[in-house]
Order: sequence, then structure tokens, then C-alpha cells
Amino acid sequence: MTSLAVGELVGLDRVTCSYGPDPVLVNVDLSVGADQFTGIVGPSGSGKTTLLRVLLGTVTPIAGSVRRRPGLRVGYVPQVETVNWSFPVTVSECVLMARTRGRMLPWRSRAERAEVDEILDRLGIAALADRHIRRLSGGQQQRVFIARAMLGRPHLLLMDEPTSGVDVRTRHEVLHLLDDLHHDGLGVILTTHDLNGIASHLPHLVCLNTAVIGAGAPRDVLTPDVLERTYGARMEILEHGGMPIVVDDYASHDNVVGLKRKGA
Amino acid sequence: MGELLLPYDFEFFRNGVIVATLAGALCGLVGVYVVLKGMSYIGHGLSHAIFGGFAASALLGVNFVLGAGTWGVASALMINAVTRRRLIGADAAIGVITTASFALGLALFAIFGRRGQSFDAALFGSILGVGTDDVLAIAGVTILVSAVVFFAYRPLLFTTFDPEVAEASGVPTARVDALLMLVLAATILATMQVLGVTLIAATLVIPATVARMLTYSFSRMLLLATGIGAMTGFVGMNLSYHIDVQSGPTIVLVGASLFAIVFAASGRRGRMRAARSAASLSPTP
Repeated sequence: MTSLAVGELVGLDRVTCSYGPDPVLVNVDLSVGADQFTGIVGPSGSGKTTLLRVLLGTVTPIAGSVRRRPGLRVGYVPQVETVNWSFPVTVSECVLMARTRGRMLPWRSRAERAEVDEILDRLGIAALADRHIRRLSGGQQQRVFIARAMLGRPHLLLMDEPTSGVDVRTRHEVLHLLDDLHHDGLGVILTTHDLNGIASHLPHLVCLNTAVIGAGAPRDVLTPDVLERTYGARMEILEHGGMPIVVDDYASHDNVVGLKRKGA
Repeated sequence: MGELLLPYDFEFFRNGVIVATLAGALCGLVGVYVVLKGMSYIGHGLSHAIFGGFAASALLGVNFVLGAGTWGVASALMINAVTRRRLIGADAAIGVITTASFALGLALFAIFGRRGQSFDAALFGSILGVGTDDVLAIAGVTILVSAVVFFAYRPLLFTTFDPEVAEASGVPTARVDALLMLVLAATILATMQVLGVTLIAATLVIPATVARMLTYSFSRMLLLATGIGAMTGFVGMNLSYHIDVQSGPTIVLVGASLFAIVFAASGRRGRMRAARSAASLSPTP
């Protein structure tokens, strides 16, 4: 097993995972650094969530190896669809779950109360501390789970579909919040289906379809060839304001003002 | 007033009230986790599984608490193990394991005949036949379970709400789930003789469900469910004497009536809140 490079948090070497007879991930190599803000894109069932779970440590590969920096703390924000929103838990109760290990008393200590208040304040949801998690907007709900992950003081934050089913404004809010956290020194990896709203705005992308099809800057990996091999469908790449825009059918966008074929 | 206190002249009734109140509180407390884990059927199923152990221990001539208790714990851990593999859902695991155990108990009766303890009491409970030993047993289990819930409050909450992230955060979720199953088996075993196999499920589920409709906070739900369970046990036990109906069904009917009242009131409260919200959003002319 090779050792971790300087600044590397997690390294995956030829990782293969399976829940049954068919592998979900095959020979995946990936290096995650502390300064990374990466999006993982790919079709449904391509292994995005499994890859996050391997990085998190809750899924063990059947082949290959995972290297972790000793003492690495990883925060995880699950897909909102998997959260039981009817569960009777307030915002502060939910966030405090990050302080579970080794705690014997049910109530919050003064220090914990201060920590929870501070993280809620930092994420702009301090006024919602006693509100039930269902009685929040989509962006506020994401912030609660980011707050829970942040309370564990992670080196790396993993988010599964953070903008799934949210409106444009919430998407912007979440993306800006993650960008701020990244600038404060947090490594961020998220999965997304949103190639134009999220993926093309990130500094680094991994295109996944059981195996890694491409990895690098959006401009380098959002190409018709990589996308066809990732999604199994032909896509066109346009450019707007220096950013790649992925479209299914170029012809129908021919007369859109301000768009031109990449490289044209 | 004198009429209401009349039955307290009898020791069996005083014991019955204490046991019903403690059993209600105990089931209410544990029922919170049962309901929130979506395993409401487990109370019904596990009590039937323990009935299989009851039959086996009677036939083998071993101590009932030891035999049925071991059987119940084994069934609970088996359900937990099958559920954690995620190959089948918790409801199917409960259905298969507990009904098989119950069927085994019935088969043992058919083959070897009924011996030893009263099985009617195990099925329907015999709250008025409880002695000081039963009071002490239920009090002991109540204290033990309360201590477990108190000291394992945080891991139990995290594992119940979000097992995957809990595990990733270093919470030993497998051990926490197993602990909950042990607590549940102990609760059912302690209350089975009192409430009966057929009524335990209701006393586990009703107080927690009513509490859930009254609060959005987990800690408050635990306190409310425990209080509601104790109150339904106490009221049901007293009512059963005055209306001359068995105590088990009366306790369950008191709980069910409370559920109906709170359900109706919460629906009305929700509609009023929606109306206020709509009014505040309406544009002013």
C-alpha cells in the first residue's frame, strides 16, 4: 500500500465495491486533498453515493485499498430525501447529534450549548434553534445538516446531492456557503446531477460511471466524449461567459443569444 | 370520593395499580424508540415470540423468566441481525421470526399438552393476580431501562434518527441497536404477565404516538410518552374496577380514547394554523 502524499486526506487505489453480484465501483483511483472542492457527477446508479460512503468509511471495498490520514475527521450530509422529516427533533437537537461519542449525559453542557449556538449563528440559522426540522425551507434544512457535520470539526465535508429538489435561490445559497467553508480550509466533495447549475461552477470534477471516466477542471472533463462515456448519451458543450454549458440537443439552442459552440 | 378509593382497601388492587402505572410508564418510554424506528409491529411480534419461549420453558420445566426471557432476547437479536443486513425490511424480519416462534409454541402445546403455568394469563394478562414479587420485578426493570435510556440517550437518538451518519461518526450502532432490542425484550417479558401478549403492542405504541402528536422535540416526547403511559395505566386500572371490565383491555381503551382526542385536536390545530398562515400571506387591499 502506498503512503499518503503531502496534503492528501484520503487516497483510493483500484477500489472495487459491490452490494451483490454486480460491482457498483470498479478500480476507482482517487486522491482527495485538504484544498479540494470536487463534484462527482454521473447517471443514477453510477456509484456516486457508494464512492462517498467509501470515503466516509461506512462501505468497505471488496478489492483495492483506502488510505486515510490518521485522525481524519469526515463530516457527512445525507441526501434530503433520506432524512425522516417527521422525526421529532429540533434544529439544535439535530446539530447536537455530532456530540454523541463518549457523552453519557443527555443534556447539553454549557460548552456544547455555546458551540451549537456559534455554529448555528455562523450558518445564519441561530433564530431557528428550537424549530422542528420539517418547518424549515430547503436551504435552511441543508444548513442544519451542514451545521451538524461542521460541529464535528471535520477536515473533509461530504455532501450527497445537496441541491437535489431545491430552487435556484437555495442552490445559490448552498453553493456560496460551501465556497465560504472551502475558503476557510475545509475540503468539500459533493455529488450532483446538476451539470450546469453546480458542476460547471466547481474547480474540480470527477465523472463517474462505475469507473472514473474523467477527472479534472470542468473545462477539461465536460467534453462530448467524456459525457457520452459517462451518461451513454450524446451531449453538446456550449460556452457562456467562459463557462461550459452542457445541452442535450444543440440544434434547439441554436438561436440562443450569447451562446456559441465551444471552440467555434 | 369514598367510592373511588374503595378498591384501595384491597392489597391486590393496590399492587395492580402500582404495576399498571409502572408497566404503562415503561412501555411508553421504550415505545418511543419502537415507533420512531418504524417497528410498531415488533411489540406485537416479540410478545408472541416470547409466548413460544413460555411454552417451551413450561414443558422443559425450567424457570419461566429464564426460559422465556432467553427466548425473547434471542428472537429480538435475530430480528436485529436480519434487519441490519438490509436484505429484507424490519417488518418482514419481525413477521417471519416472531410468528415462527409463536407457531412453535402452539405446536409444542399440541404435541405435549399444556403443563405448568396458566397460558390464558400469558395471552390476556392477569393484572389483579400480581404479587409483591411482580411489583418488585417491574420496578426493577423500569429502573434498569430508565438508566439505559438516560446514559445511552445520545447514541440511541442518533442511531434511531440517522444510523448511517451515526456509524460514520463513531457511534457503535450495531451495539446500540442490540441494546435497544435487549431493553425491549426485558420490557415485554416484565409486562407480559400483567398486560398479556395480545395487549402489549398497544401499550408500547399508543403513548408514544400520542406524545408524537403533542411535541416536535425528542426529549419532550420521551417524557410525555412515559407520563402518558403511566397515566393510562393508572386511570385504566381504576376504571376497570368501577366498570367491571378486565384491566388490560380497559388500559388499552383509555389510551386509544386519548389518541382519538389528541388526533382530533391536532387536526383542528393544524387547520387553524394553516388558516392563520394563509391570512398573514394574503395581500392587503
